[in-house]
Amino acid sequence: MIDRKDVEHAARLTRLALTEAELERMREQLNSILAHLDTLRLVDTTGVEPTSHAVDVVNVMREDEVEPCFPQDAMLGNAPDRSGEFFRVPRIIEE
Amino acid sequence: MHRPIHELTDAYRRGDLTPTAVAESYLARIAALDERVGAYLTVVREHALAAAQESERRWRAGAPLGPLDGAPLALKDVLCTRGVRTTCGSKMLEAFVPPYDATVVERLRAAGAVVLGKTNLDEFAMGSSTEHSAFHPTRNPWDLSRVPGGSSGGSAAAVAGGLAAGAFGSDTGGSIRQPAAFCGVVGMKPTYGRVSRYGLVALASSLDQIGPFAQDVEDTALLLGAIAGHDRRDSTSIAAPVPDYMAELPRGVDGLTLGLPDEYFIDGMDPEVERAVRQAIDVLRGLGARIERVSLPTTRHSLAAYYIILPAEASSNLARYDGVKYGLRVPGRDLVEMESRTRAAGFGAEVRRRIMLGTYALSAGYYDAYYGKAQSVRTLVRREFGAAFARVDLIVAPTTPNVAFKHGEKEDPLSMYLNDVFTIPGNLSGIPGVSVPCGFSGAGLPIGLQILGRPLDEARVLRAAYAYEKATPWRARRPELA
Amino acid sequence: MTTPDRYEVVIGLEVHAQLRTKSKMFCGCTTTFGAPPNSQTCPVCQGMPGVLPVVNRRAVEFGIRTALAFSCRVNPACRFARKHYYYPDMPKNYQISQYEEPLAEDGFLEIEVDGGSRKIGIQRLHLEEDVGKLLHEGTLETAQASLVDFNRSGVALMETVSRPELCSPEEAAAYLRAFRAVLIFLEVCDGNMEEGSLRCDANISLRPRGQTELGTKVEIKNLNSFRNVQRALEFEARRQAQALDVGERIVQETRLWEADRGYTRSMRSKEFAHDYRYFPEPDLVPLRLDRAWVDEIRAALPELPRARRQRFVTQYGVPAYDAEVLTQSRALADYYEASVQAWGPSPGNRGDRPKTVSNWIMSELLAALPGDDELAIQRSPITPARLAGLLRLIEDGTISGKIAKDVFQKMLASGDDAAAIVGREGLTQVADEAALSQIIVSVMAANPKAIDDFKRGKKEAKGALVGQVMKATGGKANPALVNRLLEDKLSKT
Repeated sequence: MIDRKDVEHAARLTRLALTEAELERMREQLNSILAHLDTLRLVDTTGVEPTSHAVDVVNVMREDEVEPCFPQDAMLGNAPDRSGEFFRVPRIIEE
Repeated sequence: MHRPIHELTDAYRRGDLTPTAVAESYLARIAALDERVGAYLTVVREHALAAAQESERRWRAGAPLGPLDGAPLALKDVLCTRGVRTTCGSKMLEAFVPPYDATVVERLRAAGAVVLGKTNLDEFAMGSSTEHSAFHPTRNPWDLSRVPGGSSGGSAAAVAGGLAAGAFGSDTGGSIRQPAAFCGVVGMKPTYGRVSRYGLVALASSLDQIGPFAQDVEDTALLLGAIAGHDRRDSTSIAAPVPDYMAELPRGVDGLTLGLPDEYFIDGMDPEVERAVRQAIDVLRGLGARIERVSLPTTRHSLAAYYIILPAEASSNLARYDGVKYGLRVPGRDLVEMESRTRAAGFGAEVRRRIMLGTYALSAGYYDAYYGKAQSVRTLVRREFGAAFARVDLIVAPTTPNVAFKHGEKEDPLSMYLNDVFTIPGNLSGIPGVSVPCGFSGAGLPIGLQILGRPLDEARVLRAAYAYEKATPWRARRPELA
Repeated sequence: MTTPDRYEVVIGLEVHAQLRTKSKMFCGCTTTFGAPPNSQTCPVCQGMPGVLPVVNRRAVEFGIRTALAFSCRVNPACRFARKHYYYPDMPKNYQISQYEEPLAEDGFLEIEVDGGSRKIGIQRLHLEEDVGKLLHEGTLETAQASLVDFNRSGVALMETVSRPELCSPEEAAAYLRAFRAVLIFLEVCDGNMEEGSLRCDANISLRPRGQTELGTKVEIKNLNSFRNVQRALEFEARRQAQALDVGERIVQETRLWEADRGYTRSMRSKEFAHDYRYFPEPDLVPLRLDRAWVDEIRAALPELPRARRQRFVTQYGVPAYDAEVLTQSRALADYYEASVQAWGPSPGNRGDRPKTVSNWIMSELLAALPGDDELAIQRSPITPARLAGLLRLIEDGTISGKIAKDVFQKMLASGDDAAAIVGREGLTQVADEAALSQIIVSVMAANPKAIDDFKRGKKEAKGALVGQVMKATGGKANPALVNRLLEDKLSKT
């Protein structure tokens, strides 16, 4: 069972501002989903390697060659807030 | 003019039609009908007409770029298009304009395709109904009170409704095949790694794959041929030669062994769907295929594994939307408040739910029980397919347990998730699959037959779909929109 | 200012080194330093929607090279993983790093301490991508906003984690110095700590002497010079000792070293900040390192600083201290050996030439050059051949050591040969007995008091006379000859 502290922890980790009501609703929904996902525990996976890729490709590397960068304006073009050549963010208060 | 691409280009060659006239006709249809269907999020009229004119010059000069030159196509709005906003159906990216083209978009432009616009989807491709776009829902052209499926519902509806000659979507757990089935068009998910994912906004990186929607199997082969093949910008793309899919099509199913998995006919599925699929299998048998029962017992755990892997990877992929570099920003007194408010306001309920689920599943102490376990179950799913494909050439099954449902009918997330129960195993194992129309319900709603193949064996999958399509009348039916 | 003896200090270092690849870790953007903000990025290193990384082969090669130099086990299979935390300089809000299957594990670095040497274990070495840079409008505490530059984002980084086997702040600094020297020798990192090419974090804990169990460790960030590593760890060891003395519990936390103010302060202590949610990077495939490739890299490894240092002592007979300084960079060590070779073997069995070369490099060359790195050495106007030319002129008595120092400065400024400068400026030593005798006679005549003093037993009076002779010859007189002639004359008066 996932409790309120777990929900708050996850919301903080993933930076989601949820209201009290939303946190509670989230807790209920996640519990209901997780209850269904718990059937996974029934599967015997002893000694079964995990699959993280559906392809068996290995060793894909590129040569150390410089390619042209994108123009500064193109890369700053979507910035919600910028200051000259920089992206601008509100002040950082350390947690 | 609502004809398959291969017929349009035949007409271009003969001079009976021009790409400009066809593009104009599609744009006019979109202008007239899309208000009711809601297939598009962005229509790029001027771009489309300019591309059509260039195509027309090439056809006039007798030097078209290939079989897609002048084909009017639609792109699911998760494929990045340089200079054209790419929203992912989310408030978060409502104003995001990529400075680059996805590899598939580059390849389509190089093939002379005319892009009409960007199609609607469930936000960030999370959903099975295209009701959960932040902008508007898409409706099923066969019955506007019903959903087109999802998440690539806009692309499926555009092709079904004659609002594009062909389209592209992405399939993470069935997001091409399921809407193709609901909308009565052909939809294909290629082998994982067959098509470059570069420029596809990621949902679950280890499952996502781009594929075509088409009016028939021949177009499907053409569209797949244009985008398939290795890309050095995608480390997971496979460096294997791409066969000539068109050349393979007419080879028929005579002598092929088709597997029929017991686990794909379940309690609670629509009997009309089961009947249509069983009849389709009889048709294939009649065409010379041998049918053999196969067992894929881990299928019933696929859904659970999928709903761990997908949210986990999605929670990671969607971490970048924080109001710093692009997209929405909701002001806050400090950075953390700005980011947390931005993400709460920019993501819809389903996206938030999956991000939370994925974050939880990956957080300290839970990894082994959830993500690690799901990845091991995935290995079992792959092994079972491997064992089945040692005996059979292809697997045939329903694409979905039901036909298109009504808007608002599936409020509970879990009942929505169940829609993908037959398509998810294909993503977990990375194998190719197509959904081809195989009949209609009593209410006139399309039903899809799913054909799955060995890794990289798209040619055989398409060959069987083509043989079936040729032998049945379904392709001739069109929804009445106008 | 040392830690009380009743505590034992346990330190481990994590060093991040920017690899000297031309392009970034996962995209083709250039890595040159100092470009205008956000001018060296692309959709990949700015983490735009839809992009995918591709591994830079050279970065893997550099990682393997370093791992082999530290005698690590290069893992035949390794993979990348995503490490999640939010920070605005990290565009994807996850860093592509390595977790469960790093590139290499279990090596060591040998460091010199108190005249002996110690092997410090290296636990792991892995590759990852760097983050961008944040600038604060004012200081971090008072800034209303911060500015982000992604130029550095995606630059190839190598993280090397030592085992907690360093026993003092001095050892930690020695480790970092030795580490840097190896990286520079391997030509995998430029070692420039000011520009941030090499960065260091430390874990430090204290335990009562004799206790085997480790104390609670504290992580210290922002240790970006040798001096700061030592100062910060000294401060932190004292702080922990004081806390333990009064029975306080040490909090496991991250602290930031404030170099200007000379103290560490707590950064974040909430436990959740460290829930990185690692999972295998699905956008990259595993690496299965080809044995032949690893062997090829091993075969091409250069002689490492420690081996070279030992060889300098035995082969050239220089003191250990000299050998240490001369091997701080590969370029400098090469320069030294080239100079010794250019001068040729010492005559007879004196064997003094290598030490003379060492003295000149340590006292003159290194003082004159902007650094001991490859670039500074390469750009030195005084090549090994020219340095040898200068030393030859001293040895054969053409110029005095004092004049030679002036000639050295002129060589630096002009880039000319020593011989050319000496000839042009008439700096050749006066070694003509007759001419010197005349000068000595006139100096003696002008300084009768000094002669009287000498005769009354004030030996230093002779020095004053030598000085006068040197002055009269503009410093060109051969000092040994002047001494002999003067002594001769004084004894006759």
